[in-house]
Amino acid sequence: MEERREAPTRERRSEEHQEPLHPAIEDDAEETRRLTETWAAPTGFVGWFMPVNQRIIGRRFIVTAFVYFVLAGLLGIAMRLQLAAPENDLLAPEIYNQFFTVHGTAMMFLFAIPVLEGFALFVVPMMIGTRDMAFPRLNAFGYYVYLIGSGVFFLMLLVGMAPKAGWFNYVPLSGKLYEPGLGVDIWTTMITFIEVSALTAAVELIVTILKLRAPGMTLNRMPVFVWASLVMAFMIVFAMPAIIVASSLLILDRLVGTGFFVPEMGGDPLLWQHLFWFFGHPEVYIILVPALGMVSTIITTFCQRALFGYTAIVMSIVATGFVSFGLWVHHMFATGLPHLGMSFFMAASALIAIPNGIQVFCWIATMWGSRMRLATPMLYVLGFFWVFVMGGLTGVMVASIPFDLQVHDTYFLVAHFHYVLIGGSVMPVIGALYYWYPQMTGRMMSETAGKISFGLVFVGFNVTFFPMHQLGLEGMPRRVYTYLEETGWGELNLVATIGSVVLAAGFATTMVNALASLRWGETARRNPWGAETLEWATESPPPPYNQRHIPVVKSREPVWDWREEDERPVVVGLRSDRREVVVTSMLDAEPQAVQVLPGPTIWPFLSALAATVGFIGILFHPVFFVVSFFLAFFSFVGWFWPRRPWQED
Amino acid sequence: MPDTIRPSRLASRRVRPRGLALAAAALALSACSGEQAVNAPASADAERVANLWTGFLAFSSFVFALVIGLVVAAMRTTYTEPARPLSVQRGWTLVLAGGVVLPLVAVVGLVGSGLWIGGVVARNEPPPDLTVEIAGKRWWWEVIYRGEDGAEIARTANEIVLPVGRAARVLLTSDNVIHSFWVPTLQGKTDMIPGRVNESRLTPRETGLYRGQCAEFCGVQHAYMAFVVEVIEAEAFDAWLADQGRARAIPDDPLLRRGLAVFLEADCGTCHAIRGTPADGGMGPDLTHLAARETLAAGTIPNTKGHLAGWIGDPQQVKPGVLMPATALRPDDQEALLAYLGSLE
Repeated sequence: MEERREAPTRERRSEEHQEPLHPAIEDDAEETRRLTETWAAPTGFVGWFMPVNQRIIGRRFIVTAFVYFVLAGLLGIAMRLQLAAPENDLLAPEIYNQFFTVHGTAMMFLFAIPVLEGFALFVVPMMIGTRDMAFPRLNAFGYYVYLIGSGVFFLMLLVGMAPKAGWFNYVPLSGKLYEPGLGVDIWTTMITFIEVSALTAAVELIVTILKLRAPGMTLNRMPVFVWASLVMAFMIVFAMPAIIVASSLLILDRLVGTGFFVPEMGGDPLLWQHLFWFFGHPEVYIILVPALGMVSTIITTFCQRALFGYTAIVMSIVATGFVSFGLWVHHMFATGLPHLGMSFFMAASALIAIPNGIQVFCWIATMWGSRMRLATPMLYVLGFFWVFVMGGLTGVMVASIPFDLQVHDTYFLVAHFHYVLIGGSVMPVIGALYYWYPQMTGRMMSETAGKISFGLVFVGFNVTFFPMHQLGLEGMPRRVYTYLEETGWGELNLVATIGSVVLAAGFATTMVNALASLRWGETARRNPWGAETLEWATESPPPPYNQRHIPVVKSREPVWDWREEDERPVVVGLRSDRREVVVTSMLDAEPQAVQVLPGPTIWPFLSALAATVGFIGILFHPVFFVVSFFLAFFSFVGWFWPRRPWQED
Repeated sequence: MPDTIRPSRLASRRVRPRGLALAAAALALSACSGEQAVNAPASADAERVANLWTGFLAFSSFVFALVIGLVVAAMRTTYTEPARPLSVQRGWTLVLAGGVVLPLVAVVGLVGSGLWIGGVVARNEPPPDLTVEIAGKRWWWEVIYRGEDGAEIARTANEIVLPVGRAARVLLTSDNVIHSFWVPTLQGKTDMIPGRVNESRLTPRETGLYRGQCAEFCGVQHAYMAFVVEVIEAEAFDAWLADQGRARAIPDDPLLRRGLAVFLEADCGTCHAIRGTPADGGMGPDLTHLAARETLAAGTIPNTKGHLAGWIGDPQQVKPGVLMPATALRPDDQEALLAYLGSLE
């Protein structure tokens, strides 16, 4: 049983006291200047390709991901307009099929994973009180790979060559025979490419979280969002290889006729489905788990109270990570696999309700009687409860094999996974955007616009997706570009389309708010929400080195400790003339060593370009593989070129 | 797009779905569902699932109301009041009751019911006495009735006629991409996967027309890949099946003869078969009894003379992306062809 902790009242009552205490040591102004210089990112056009600081990379991930969110959202609106009336001819079937393929792919691979990685890269190092990621250059490399891969993929849509076999790319439909264009080739290579970026981010996060935590931040004092990011990173490491293998086999089938998935050659189309969903199901939780971490963070801050059942929540997150790898067959209940075998997956799928249920009820216990502050991030979390719980309940339903056989691949499923993904992930992410915006820009986003945005999103979302449950029960399959009038699906589809416009207006309000607040937003005070975690223990926005001194942590709510105890323990002795961070032990965060991190460089960008030459070139001629190999070799030599010794001492 | 005069028989059977009263509280939903609805079952298999849905809906509505109610209750305390946290004891009671016990109840009920229904289906009772092989094509359905020895009795397309009260074994195959066979009022879906033969069963207990549709994305015309299951009395079925097995004689009537000649000259027979004539193509639907069908183009347009003429002249207009080429005919040739096809009862 844990003790219940409320935020120190002083902090809550008088807002001018929210600034964290300054440690009891004199800062040498000259040293602060030198520290800024050491950690500063280069400027100018070429400089744009050089920074390695974790906040810059994280912010780029977030901004780029939101651009794809808007683009893929527009595709969604176009599809809704097409479906608003029966036998509509706004979009030709080929175009519609391209749109839903790109919509799904972009939302999953270009928006959801990168935006959550972006938030993790941006927030986690600050939250654990360090100055950068463990491998800053790899971090930058990951971003450029993502930028190039996603850009090439999306451009295919503009030239009308986008894949149209669905984001799941089931063979044989995605084979050369039925999908002869370049679309699926680009899909497989670019998805693999983007997964490389996800893997680099995951490796980074694991090492950073396990080795660079502030002294005293033992594993059981780690903020829940950091736990969630750690679990996400491990899930990426285990899930992504499956999709990389699957898409490599597919590209081999397509380019050199290997026949892994061709029954006449001894292959099996179901192999693709196993590999795809072995990745695809954990993927859902890769998106969900860090968003649940955001919910925990926002609830703690806006209720001004330590999370109820921290241990239970952390264990639920870890359990979700493990169980999510045992569910993939529930995407394949209709494929005719043996019933007994599928029953295990039915049970496992339903069991995932337990860790999620525990988290929901821990949050309710935290919120109980807490004088919650209803700012925009918290509103999005409250919306999350409504939407995510409903999506979770339909999720449990579709775990049932007989029921799933009726609603699988219908609009019931479309409703279900939008409830889970938008409710469980996008709404917390938007909340997190409002919440961490001050640390990204130094300004606050408009609260009024935020509340309008929440209202529109909440109403628009439910009007769009709730009727789809009924459409599915009335027999409307997914992925149809139109439907006959006598099916009677027209009215509910029209309702859904109207809702989608409202929903889009809600998201647009937030996007415009984020852009306008860059310029006109109120300047953020330090720790404007009165949060307890270390990312707020510095200015808004933080200086390039994040914190002037690495803090020492004594509980799960270090910032509240300082207020209560009127002192702020820190680590001293790090040099200001090179990029030093404190390495601590994995479990107890005992200081172990000082690591010197590399500075800004253009080599990760050049390496990403070299890899691009290989990935895209191989579609046209195998020689590009060799070219790319040598280019990558040279760029790696540049990347790892030893630093001059006089900077090492 | 095509003009939209549809077979009125298809739209005639509208049933008020069960279980809706519970959902009505959340949002007023459209009140009727067509002959393709999950919750208008016409077989024992489908009815078990419809009942399952009713149970799921009731339980989920309760859980949803409970959670939202608790969230609202948690927010009662206003900013000016002192905070009133739950005691640790009560907090854990809440978490264990709501986060562990409640989901466990759901899991036990769900897995139990799932295993039970799966078991009933696996017992396969009554034993099927009719075998229908259905092959998914792009984008239509080939239907082959087979005898006990596996020999073909009759071959048709896009319309499955079944006797009421008897169980039919359905073998599902595909020689192209993956499709999924689904008649919501009769049975859940089963995929048709190249290289495999999957099995399902249909045991209709009421006569009538039931619409089915492909449920796995299969390319350009996934949307217009539908079919009709027509359930008729058992005696009528035996007569129907015997009739369907019948081949065609070369017609005596000069107009019909000419129609057949047009059919063959226009190379229709390369893809379509009319048993008893030189037309023996296997790419497209078997047309031996075309005139007996309700719809054309896999449940897309009604089988009338006008629609048939439009379909032959410009199939892309009706079903963009369809693999059937357009056939331009002189008016008198067209007239003869339509007359011939119209005679293929």
